[in-house]
Amino acid sequence: MTEKNLVTAIHDALHDEMAADDRVVVLGEDVGARGGVFRVTQGFLEEFGEARVIDTPLAEGAIVGVAVGMALHGLLPVAEIEFADFIHPAFDQMVSEVARMRYRSNGDFGLPMVVRAPWGGGVHGALYHSQSVEAFFAHVPGLKVVVPSTPYDAAGMLRAAIADPDPVLFLEHKRTYRLVSGEVPDEPYTVPIGPADVKREGTDLTVIAYGLMLHHCLEAAARLEQEHGISVEVVDVRTLNPLDRETILASVRKTGKAMVVYEDNRSYGAGAEIVATIAEEALFDLDGPLVRIGGPDVPAMGFATNLEHAFMPDVDLITQRMLELARF
Amino acid sequence: MATRVTRRTPPEALGLSAEDLRSMYRTMVTARVIDEAAFRLNRQGKAPFVVPVSGHEGCQVGTAWAMQRGRDVWLPYYRDVGVVLVAGMTPYDIFLGLFAKADDPSSGGRQMPSHWGSRRLGIISHSSPIASQLPHAAGIAYAIRYRGEDAVVGSWFGEGATSEGIWHEALNFAGIHRLPVIFVCENNRYAISVAQDKQMAIENVADRAPGYGFPGVVVDGNDVLACYAVMKDAVERARAGEGPTLIEAKTYRYFPHTSDDDDRTYRTREEVEEARRRDPITRFERVLLDLGVLTASDPEQIAAEIKEDVDRQIDEAWNAPDPDPASLERHVFAEGTPQAEDRSP
Repeated sequence: MTEKNLVTAIHDALHDEMAADDRVVVLGEDVGARGGVFRVTQGFLEEFGEARVIDTPLAEGAIVGVAVGMALHGLLPVAEIEFADFIHPAFDQMVSEVARMRYRSNGDFGLPMVVRAPWGGGVHGALYHSQSVEAFFAHVPGLKVVVPSTPYDAAGMLRAAIADPDPVLFLEHKRTYRLVSGEVPDEPYTVPIGPADVKREGTDLTVIAYGLMLHHCLEAAARLEQEHGISVEVVDVRTLNPLDRETILASVRKTGKAMVVYEDNRSYGAGAEIVATIAEEALFDLDGPLVRIGGPDVPAMGFATNLEHAFMPDVDLITQRMLELARF
Repeated sequence: MATRVTRRTPPEALGLSAEDLRSMYRTMVTARVIDEAAFRLNRQGKAPFVVPVSGHEGCQVGTAWAMQRGRDVWLPYYRDVGVVLVAGMTPYDIFLGLFAKADDPSSGGRQMPSHWGSRRLGIISHSSPIASQLPHAAGIAYAIRYRGEDAVVGSWFGEGATSEGIWHEALNFAGIHRLPVIFVCENNRYAISVAQDKQMAIENVADRAPGYGFPGVVVDGNDVLACYAVMKDAVERARAGEGPTLIEAKTYRYFPHTSDDDDRTYRTREEVEEARRRDPITRFERVLLDLGVLTASDPEQIAAEIKEDVDRQIDEAWNAPDPDPASLERHVFAEGTPQAEDRSP
C-alpha cells in the first residue's frame, strides 16, 4: 500500500496498463510533451513514445472519433478530453457513434475504449472549466459513465474501464485530484464498473453522492456523529450508468431516510434519477421526505470566489440539511 | 490546387483483364437493377425507405475495385450500393436490409436501409449523421500502421459531408500522421436540395486537399476506368506509406435523395435528362464493345440474367424471418463476461 492523491493514482494505473499491454494508447490535447494539463500522462511520451502517446490537434470530435477507429481495429484507446466542458464538440461522436455502435450493428462491432474527462468545480474554473457533464451522457444507453471519487476506486476502476469491452466515460473530479489522498495497493487490482460502495455505514439516514460532494458528505456525516450522535450512511454511487439500484435501495430501506447530493444543476441531474428510483421502489420504506441538494439552475458558477462558493453545496449546508432530515 | 485527371489509360495498362472488366460491368448493372427493384418495392408498399444509387455506379465500382476484399477496410456512406457489392455484400444481403429482416448483416433490421456494416467483410457500421465515419477511418488507418499491417482504408461521402467540422478534423488528423486512408467524395452537386454553390465557394472539393498536406484529385465520376485508375494510384500511395489522397469524383444522382424526397422542387427535368446522357453504365458499355470484351447482344442478355438473379434474391429476402421483438434489449453492452468477449477486430 502507498498513500497517493487521486491524480497520482490515475497516473500510476494508466502507466501500468500501458506498460502491460501495447494495445493501450493515449490521445488528447497536451498529453504528450506537456504530460497532460493535470499531469496524468507525465513521463509517458518519454517512456512509451509518440506512437502510443498522441498529442492530437485541438479537435475533440476527432479525439473521440479517432479513438473509435482505433478501438475498431484492435487497439485499446484511452482518450483524454482536457476539461469535461470541452467534450461538447464531441457530443455527436459520443452519442451517435460511441454509444450506439454495438446496438446498431446488432452486436457485430464493439468499442473497447475509454474517454477520460476532468469535471467539476471548486478550482476557479468559472463557466467553462467547472462543468458537470455526467447527466448528458448517463442518459444515453450504451455508454458506461463512472465517477470514482477516491484514489483506490479511481485506479481500480480505470483498470476495469480499460479491460471493459464497451465504451466508458471516465469522469475525474478535478478538485479531488490533489485534495483527496488514500491508500492504494501497489499490485494491480480492479474495482468493478457498476457496484456502488457504502463509504460510511450508518443507521439514521442515507446520503447518496459522488465526486467532491461525496467528500463533503463524509465530512458532514462525521460532524453529525460527533456533535449530535446522528448516524449517517454514505453511499458512493461510483457508476452512474449502469446505476446500482440495489445498493442504494438496500441502504434507504435500512435507514428510512434518503438524501442525494450533487454538484450539477439540480434539475434533470443524476440526482433526479436516483431520487425517482427511490420514490418508485422504496416510497413506503421512507420515514421522511426525499431530499435533493444540487447546484442552482443557473448556467454556471462564477469565477469570483464568492460566486463559486454560492453555487456549490458546501459542508455547512449539507450538515444542516442532514440534521433537518434526521430530526424529521 | 487539385490535379484534374482526364487521362485515357488502356485497361491492360491498369492491370485489368477482360474478366475483370466484365465483372466491373456486371457489378454496375447489378447496382442499377437493385435500385430499380427497390423503388418498385417502395411503390408496392413493401419497402418503406429507399436510398438510390443510380448515376453513381461508375465512381463507386471504379474506386472500390482498387481495394482488396479480406485485406482492406471499407467505410461507405448510405448511397454506396456499388461499394458494398464490391466489398462482398450480395443483393440478398442488401434486400434483407431493405426489408429490415433478422439476418440483415448490417444491423439485423435495426437501422434504416443502406446503413451498411459487416465485421466479416470489413465494412464498418455507420450512422446517419453526415461525415461522422471519417474520424473512424483515420483511427482505423492509425491502428493499421501501428500494428504493422499493409491494409488501407477507403472512405466515401458526398460533397455535402465536406461542410461538416468533423470532415475537416478527420482529414487534418490523417494528413498530420500520413495515414493509409483514401477519402472519396462522390460529388453529385446536391446535398438533398442544397446545390453545391450554396455548400462551398469553390468548384472542386479536391482543392482543399493541399490544406491537409496531401494530394487532391478530380476525376470524371462517370468514367469507371478513370475512377479505378486514380483510386489505384491512391491505394498504392497509401500502402507505400505515402499518406492519404482526396479523390473527388464528379457525378450525378438520377433519382431523388431518397424515396421520401421530391427532387422536382429543386432541379429541372431537363437538367436530370442532360445528366443521364453521361450515364456511366452506357459509357462503359461502349468502351467494352469497342474493346471486344462485350459483343452487341451481351448488354441485354447480362441485364436479363442479373434481373432474374436479383428477383430470386428479393423473393428469398422477403420470405426471411423478421427480427424478434424480444431482441430489443440485446446488444446495448457486450453479452457475457468481459473476459469472454473477443476484443480483436
